[in-house]
Amino acid sequence: MLEIFLGLYIFMLAAFVGYGVIKGVPALLHTPLMAFTNAISGISLVGSLVAAGAHYNDVSTVLGAIAVLCATINVVGGFWITDRMLRMFKKQDPKADAAGDAAS
Amino acid sequence: MISQVETLYLIASFLFILGLRGLTAAHTARRGLIFAELGMGFAIWGTLIHPDIMARFEIAGFFETYKWILLTFFIGSAIGIAISALIPMTRMPERIALSHAFGGLAAALVGVSEYYREQVIAGHMDHTTMGAIGFEVLFGGLTFTGSLMAFGKLSGLIPGRNITWPLQNQSNILMFGGTFVLLVLITIDPSNQVLFYAMAAMPLLLGILFVAPIGGADMPVVITLLNSYAGLAASATGFALDNNVLIIAGAIDGASGFILSVVMSKAMNRSFRNVLFGAFGKVDEEDAAMASAGGERVQEASVGDAAMLLSGAGSVIVCPGYGMAVAQAQHVVGELAEILEANGTQVRYAIHPVAGRMPGHMNVLLAEAKIPYTALMELEEINEDFKNTDVALVVGANDVVNPAAKHNPASSIYGMPVLNADLARSCIVLKRSMRPGFAGIENELFFAPNTVLTFGDAKDTLTKVVEALS
Repeated sequence: MLEIFLGLYIFMLAAFVGYGVIKGVPALLHTPLMAFTNAISGISLVGSLVAAGAHYNDVSTVLGAIAVLCATINVVGGFWITDRMLRMFKKQDPKADAAGDAAS
Repeated sequence: MISQVETLYLIASFLFILGLRGLTAAHTARRGLIFAELGMGFAIWGTLIHPDIMARFEIAGFFETYKWILLTFFIGSAIGIAISALIPMTRMPERIALSHAFGGLAAALVGVSEYYREQVIAGHMDHTTMGAIGFEVLFGGLTFTGSLMAFGKLSGLIPGRNITWPLQNQSNILMFGGTFVLLVLITIDPSNQVLFYAMAAMPLLLGILFVAPIGGADMPVVITLLNSYAGLAASATGFALDNNVLIIAGAIDGASGFILSVVMSKAMNRSFRNVLFGAFGKVDEEDAAMASAGGERVQEASVGDAAMLLSGAGSVIVCPGYGMAVAQAQHVVGELAEILEANGTQVRYAIHPVAGRMPGHMNVLLAEAKIPYTALMELEEINEDFKNTDVALVVGANDVVNPAAKHNPASSIYGMPVLNADLARSCIVLKRSMRPGFAGIENELFFAPNTVLTFGDAKDTLTKVVEALS
């Protein structure tokens, strides 16, 4: 019974920390934020890895393996696409603009 | 061994929060991402040496233990990279919806697998774990099918409009209540397998029924809400497995989705309840009330007129909307801005929080078109500047620039914060046709004396404007 309360405390504190930090994310980065938290919530990978690797029984292994597949898509794909988006966000660069004009 | 695992999890949790902090500013965001990636690496490492896996390793050896993990991990990585590297930025909302579906499914499957192991095979499951697994399967299943529906709507596989049927809200709420009752019953008696599988199946149906009535323009709220549910499902997994890093990461994800959905609802001046159960049911009446505006004439401008207006302007504010994404016009918007800036014109962008189909959608598209993020302004930052601006260029936006929201209490969007495009000295609206926007109402802006409309595909029109100017 104590363990569940420990878990609830952790959940509550993490939710407040998450709320506080994420409040500060500017609207500019809201799409990358979603991709980012999506990658992080792929952390259910951790649960599925145990199910797929510990060989409790065949059903658990198969379900776990499918879960690993889904979670990996999120983790790897989520980080990848967040990076792809963040790379696009550039500050003003007058030199690059001038070069672009000259080329066109 | 267990203390090693826990140490790695602790480091992972720390890095996740540190990474998230990086996202609070554009110039630190990529560093934050690297922290989070490292955190994920530690979490995976910690899990690969989990006592249950190591026990298997002692008996069966490396290959037997890790074969399924390695196989699915590599296939998953390949799929993840392929989707993320190839998908166009305009389709980002679909990509996000799809990944919520994967996240929900993963959580639900782990839940079923745990139930099978502890109850069906071993025959002993305590009530607390059962409750956690119940929540996990509930949120996971709901997120899975709900996100698939959102994906279908966003990608056009399912009609994007709101699908309604009689007694819809009543039956949905009844079913949701029923699922919750099943959850309570299974927690009291974990051994009832029929009950468990019924409880696991119900959310799958609920996800479909909940999202079906919600129209395309309300998708930002749905996606963010499903984001939150995916996080809660992951957190519930943590409770079921006594795994703190799962609880923490899930709580963060849940909080993020929650914040974003509040931001979206506020930007539409609507409550959650209204978005989820409203289905824009009253639109027809308001449409009739607004019909008087439809009698007036709009002023049409040719591409040449629009180009002339823009070339003579000292300052321009671009107001992008979902239409810009549909027409994939972001790159040509960037080209136009380059020409205008070379001309000495100040070009800025006014981003409404719900422009597009997900939070931040327009920012990503304009960043893709190499527009510096310093020129992308939020609604509150720029709304006062419209009145001192020569031209407001509306690209595929509609409801977010409708002045009726400011002064017409009969309008269904009354009270919603809108961009003051009507206050600019002149306003050019690029529009495909005179069809009203998603809210189904006429836009007063189009009939204003200082507004001109240029009809046609936004990308074609802007390409011609660019040609005329260069």
